[in-house]
Amino acid sequence: MSHPLPPDTGELPLAPGQRLLESSRKELSPEALAEIQAIASRYPDRMAATLPALHIAQREFGFVSLAAMKAVAKALGLPEGHVFGVATFYTMYQKKPVGQYHFQVCTNISCALNGAAPLLQKLCARLGVEAGGPPSADGKWSVEEVECLAGCGTAPCVQVNHDVYDEFVDEKMLEEMIAACQRGEYRPWAH
Amino acid sequence: MAAIRTKPDRHLYTFPGFGSEKFPNLMLRGAGDLDNWPRRVYEQKHEGYLGMRKALKMDPSAVIEEVKTSGIRGRGGAGFPAGLKWSFMPKDTPERKFTRYLVCNADEGEPGTFKDRVIMEYNPHQLIEGMVIAGWAMQCQLGFVYVRGEFLWLIEKMEAALQEARDAGYLGKDILGTGWNFDILMHRGAGAYICGEETALLNSLEGRRGEPRVKPPFPAAKGAFGQPSTINNVETLAAVAPILRMGGAAYANLGRPKNTGTRIFGVSGHVNRPGVFELPLGTPLDFIVNECAGGVRGGKKAKAIIPGGSSCPMFDAKDFDCPMDFDSVRDRGSMAGSGGVIVMDEDTCIVQATLRLIRFYAHESCGQCTPCREGCNWMQMILQRIEDGQGRLEDLDLLAQLTPRIGLRTLCPLGDAACGPMESALKKFRDEFEHHITHGTCLAKGPGLLARASAH
Ligand SMILES: Cc1cc2nc3c(=O)[nH]c(=O)nc-3n(C[C@H](O)[C@H](O)[C@H](O)COP(=O)(O)O)c2cc1C
Ligand code: FES
Repeated sequence: MSHPLPPDTGELPLAPGQRLLESSRKELSPEALAEIQAIASRYPDRMAATLPALHIAQREFGFVSLAAMKAVAKALGLPEGHVFGVATFYTMYQKKPVGQYHFQVCTNISCALNGAAPLLQKLCARLGVEAGGPPSADGKWSVEEVECLAGCGTAPCVQVNHDVYDEFVDEKMLEEMIAACQRGEYRPWAH
Repeated sequence: MAAIRTKPDRHLYTFPGFGSEKFPNLMLRGAGDLDNWPRRVYEQKHEGYLGMRKALKMDPSAVIEEVKTSGIRGRGGAGFPAGLKWSFMPKDTPERKFTRYLVCNADEGEPGTFKDRVIMEYNPHQLIEGMVIAGWAMQCQLGFVYVRGEFLWLIEKMEAALQEARDAGYLGKDILGTGWNFDILMHRGAGAYICGEETALLNSLEGRRGEPRVKPPFPAAKGAFGQPSTINNVETLAAVAPILRMGGAAYANLGRPKNTGTRIFGVSGHVNRPGVFELPLGTPLDFIVNECAGGVRGGKKAKAIIPGGSSCPMFDAKDFDCPMDFDSVRDRGSMAGSGGVIVMDEDTCIVQATLRLIRFYAHESCGQCTPCREGCNWMQMILQRIEDGQGRLEDLDLLAQLTPRIGLRTLCPLGDAACGPMESALKKFRDEFEHHITHGTCLAKGPGLLARASAH
């Protein structure tokens, strides 16, 4: 697991795009708070809502900033340290801003055997970003190298944001995916 | 919320002869058809919920006996007999009443494994039916399905299927007039391979960091939320539905003695027709690779095959005839694991493949136990040095000395999982490591496997 220190939202310059306004926020919206309470009441113990609440906070804040963690801790009445520990343990909670379209390329064994490594390099060059690095200057793109996405039989497997999940991806298909993003066919990150 | 996925996936689910008496189709009925998931289809076309109706008329302990008779062993990795595991759950006594939980492991994190998602995508009701039967057998009050965070669309599909089951009275209060209450909750993970390990999964379910727990106490004594719990893989639970429907003895006739039934193999890597195939246990590995998956791509030969997901030691050519059941694979020095068969052709660089796998384990180690946290990192650094052409021959002995200091010395088997590929690669393909060290270059001609530039 990587354990990077999350940047505090307050100190970030106004970057990437639309989500900027959101990531400068400190509080969860009333709807999100209600959703978290509803989830918490389903479990035998409120603490179990930590993971779902962080997913909700990520959707609201754009990424899991320190303020997002504090807001989750407050909503669930849990120690901030607990939420911080959980948020930094799991890789799907982005601790820094990502682009509007966040490409996650699996480079684990089955995908690697099918050319995921050159594919990742081409994608990074095409979008002008570094894998795992900050989003492009316009805030539109970011790329991350991820571990097995359970699409090994249709490798290489690429996921964009949370719902687009594509398989047998080659250069041509990458272009199609990028075009679909540009046409606004995919749901942008955190929406 | 995203809608239920309408884009067909391009997996292969069948092979010539599938569905015949020799290769019965118990787990993949209707796979590939996106309209297969609703309850109506499951009940009308696939004998759905018959097993549950039968089970709910039986005594819970008789259901456990039926599952014991079937001989089914866990499909998640360890191959532990499911019926036996269920019988460990404490029963209510006049003095003490228990709250029991059933947990379904749908983390599907093992590289090379992509079978549980097929069940949830095409037959979510089969999993629900299996969970209701298991819940009844152990008299559980609540069931959880822990799904990896990436499978958002499958969670939404499962929620829709669960609602259908609730509407039909298969979940909720007083299920089919038995007076027994049971419901199932979906829980979404957030990206951590270790959360597939059962006690780490419990911690993650409780909202903690996914760190494995000290055992004992085992989950049957103290599991989710401190209560007795049983954790089973998706495929294990889904298989319980046909077991009850056809009877434990009939299921036990499939496969081999002590290794009964069918299981889903996922074949990936350098094959012509990668896909998901349901086969009786004991089917030879070369049948799976050549007949089902169409053989190695480009007419090449296979160099190494990982038989059960990335944690299992690799096979080289002399073991390609291995019957794929738990005991035979173990006798040949590997593990049947999660049924993910990864095929590497003759042009694959084993040094790179091993480095890629070890990098995965080093990244996914939860960091609690020093042997695993430090050991996996050291293995990665030594392998990286070899891959970069700066290795020394002593490095190979160093690696060979490292693995026994990691394996069996940790709270959970993640350390052992990392040692499996490492030890087997070193034993079976030592010449490739030596060539990398002495020549600084690679014997294999294939394209690179690492996203980082290296000696290739
Ligand atoms: C590091 C690690 C990862 C695991 N990942 C999974 C997984 O993704 N899915 C799964 O079903 N079992 C996984 N297991 C196995 C589980 O610990 C457990 O044995 C299994 O869920 C039990 O179910 P079964 O008896 O039905 O096989 C993993 C084990 C380890 C040590
Ligand atoms: S190895 Fe890439 S999806 Fe499994």
